[in-house]
Amino acid sequence: MMQTRSSVSLGSWLASPTVRALAALLVVFGLGLLLHADGAFYKWHTHRDMLRAVSVYGILACGMTVVIITAGIDLSVGSVLALVAVLFAMMTIHWQWSWMSAVSLCLLAGIGCGVLSGWLIGPLRIQPFIATLAMMVFARGMAKWVSGGQKISTAVQQPDGTYQYVPVPEIFQMLSAKIFGGNLTVVTLIMLGCIIMTWILLKKLRYGRYLYAVGGNEQAARLSGVPVNAVKILAYGLAGLFSAVAGICQAAQELQGDPEAGGGYELSAIAMVVIGGTTLQGGRGSIWLTLIGILTIGYLEKILSINAVGEDKRLMLTGLIIVAAVLLQKSKRI
Amino acid sequence: MEILLGMKNISKSFGPVEVLKDVCFDLRPGEVHILAGENGAGKSTLMKIVGGVYPDYTGTIEVKGRPVRFRSVLDAAAAGIAVIHQELSLVGSMSVYENIFLGREVHRKGWVCHVRMRSSARSLLEELGLSIRVDEPVDRLPIGQQQMVEIAKALSYNADILVMDEPTSALTEPEVRKLFDIIARLKQKGCGIIYITHKMEEIYQIADRITVLRDGRYIGTEEAAKLSSDRLVQWMVGREIQQHFPRHQSQPGPVRLEVSDFTVPEPAGGPIPWVNRVSFTVHAGEIVGLAGLQGSGNSHLLHGLFGSYGRRVSGTVRIDGQVMPVINPAQSIRSGLALLTNDRKTTGLILGRDIIENASLASLRRFSPGGWMRPRLETETVSRTLQRLRLKADRLTLPVEALSGGNQQKVVLAKWIQTDPKVLLLDEPTRGVDVGAKHEIYQWMNEWTKAGIAIVLITSEMPELLAMSDRILVMHRGCITAHLTRQQATQEKILQAALGQTLLERTIS
Repeated sequence: MMQTRSSVSLGSWLASPTVRALAALLVVFGLGLLLHADGAFYKWHTHRDMLRAVSVYGILACGMTVVIITAGIDLSVGSVLALVAVLFAMMTIHWQWSWMSAVSLCLLAGIGCGVLSGWLIGPLRIQPFIATLAMMVFARGMAKWVSGGQKISTAVQQPDGTYQYVPVPEIFQMLSAKIFGGNLTVVTLIMLGCIIMTWILLKKLRYGRYLYAVGGNEQAARLSGVPVNAVKILAYGLAGLFSAVAGICQAAQELQGDPEAGGGYELSAIAMVVIGGTTLQGGRGSIWLTLIGILTIGYLEKILSINAVGEDKRLMLTGLIIVAAVLLQKSKRI
Repeated sequence: MEILLGMKNISKSFGPVEVLKDVCFDLRPGEVHILAGENGAGKSTLMKIVGGVYPDYTGTIEVKGRPVRFRSVLDAAAAGIAVIHQELSLVGSMSVYENIFLGREVHRKGWVCHVRMRSSARSLLEELGLSIRVDEPVDRLPIGQQQMVEIAKALSYNADILVMDEPTSALTEPEVRKLFDIIARLKQKGCGIIYITHKMEEIYQIADRITVLRDGRYIGTEEAAKLSSDRLVQWMVGREIQQHFPRHQSQPGPVRLEVSDFTVPEPAGGPIPWVNRVSFTVHAGEIVGLAGLQGSGNSHLLHGLFGSYGRRVSGTVRIDGQVMPVINPAQSIRSGLALLTNDRKTTGLILGRDIIENASLASLRRFSPGGWMRPRLETETVSRTLQRLRLKADRLTLPVEALSGGNQQKVVLAKWIQTDPKVLLLDEPTRGVDVGAKHEIYQWMNEWTKAGIAIVLITSEMPELLAMSDRILVMHRGCITAHLTRQQATQEKILQAALGQTLLERTIS
């Protein structure tokens, strides 16, 4: 009776969220096999490019997963990304700081934004939607203020008003490089690193349990001695950290810090989490589900783009896929 | 005699699990028919079939001799069946009359006619002998009155078959009496009432007939007058339980919990504090009952001690002579307090998470040295505790929402006992728990006190309170109004004190 046997019937296996999420991914993948655009889908570099294109979103989705598990939401990730991208570009291009200090200061800035949101949500009890909406607007404004509304690129304005190109900082090339014989990009590796970090937090650390407990039933968690406010600050702090990582990657890929970058990224990240099957009610979900969601959206976009489907139809189809995937997750039986 | 509702050979399965098999049940007009059985016996499932929640069952249902097959809750309501669930289905922010007419507002030319709804709601409540203001938002009413509103709502559908699923579990004595008055009126009107309860004395107070289910099977139906309580219990559990309340002789040790001048202010800053300068002690190995009607503040007292209200409280709390800072639940747990709340679904369990995670939540530090979880240590410890509590579950990785009430309560108890508490605060530990599990809980309380734990017990079941407590404190409006030893305590004295008559006749032993 008391063993943790895993004699699970086929029915409940089919009903498990992982299998359902995988089903959605397989459908999209199968679509790629059919609409392969003269064999383009069968080439590895297509998949590599898909992974590269999806990496920045994927990094944001890691933080979003953690926040959504606590029954929260973080709308500020795209703006924090932009703020960090601008800061990073200024530090490395304009001020020519060493990449180490630039990276660590940028990560701290991201964590700071997240912790501030978490403080508003935890101790000050502002609803996550409102608090991070405020942070979203604030960080966007700060990105524009810091950059003076200009893209921070290697074309640096001189005191006499002329523009002069400075060399691209080494760190930019390092981050956007391809490795393993050109088969993988560094940003993809960074995304995988973030996923593993999130997995360790959720499954291996005590705080992971706390995150699920707070999302599942905040009151019961508090009455069981869970430090609810600290858990929330941690969750949003982590989302801020990942936003900063994404911001650095974004700057490196674009070779500039754009204060307008990351607009709407928060919604893509939420979509990835939700397509994976992590519900917005909180208390449930996992980073592997989010990975499946990342790949589902990534492949969908890639398949549509290699088949030269315009952005208009691409967006419409993505909307439909989100609904389909969530409906699939919702139905009690398959 | 005419049959209001007849059910024959009802069976129902969830996948491979058969939860009801060949169950028969009939209801006559003007009777209260108790549906009894342990948790998980299938009572709620049967009532969900009656209410149209589960359309896929086998067997036949007849309403007033007409065969019916409900495909939805609306079908059942149209046939005159109203189910009043344990969890009330009222919209808290809306007024009483709006709730009564929710979903079928009275219209006149497309405009909602508030005047007419108000007046018909008023006459409906008067018919039930209730004086509730129809404009009051429902969430401002005490829970007992909310229940009455729910009944009024059911009657407004012209229902003549009423299902009440543990309607008194959140009610105070006077409220229960009021409810029984209303039930008597309904009987006179010719309504049939199916009544589910776990409280023995209630069964014999109102039952005309009793039907017992056990493990999804029909055990029998009998006139209440002809079914002795011993035989009823035997029907329910399938075994004899000799003693209902096996409290052992207590051997109080030194003082474990000492509370002095403890006050919990009303959060809105109202004039009457929830708990008003309360002082008492509990010795090691002792069970102190904390009696009081709804609103007496006894639950608030436990929550206040446990740190649920943070630092807003005042007074001193000592555990084993050491002053315990009341800061938050985490701090109180570290000091050796544990609080089993009176509502496991909203404040006790994380329903969607599994048994292990729930049972280890309050003692997670033990299983995660340095912050890293040690899953094997956790599983071993938790399953050992749960085995001792005789939890019935296929797997420990099941979400707790899949367990029956009694087993859920065992998970909560396991959570707290694993924190190695010095003082155990139990608020309604047997609420919504079947007879067998209740008995087990009493025995553990004996065991724990023998191990030196001090227990403070709140229970709304008087026999349980009288039998399990070594001493009884009675609270009324935030103050302690009586301090009774086990020998002095009687139901009458407790009720008197709970109604506000001070009688501090504690003898110093």
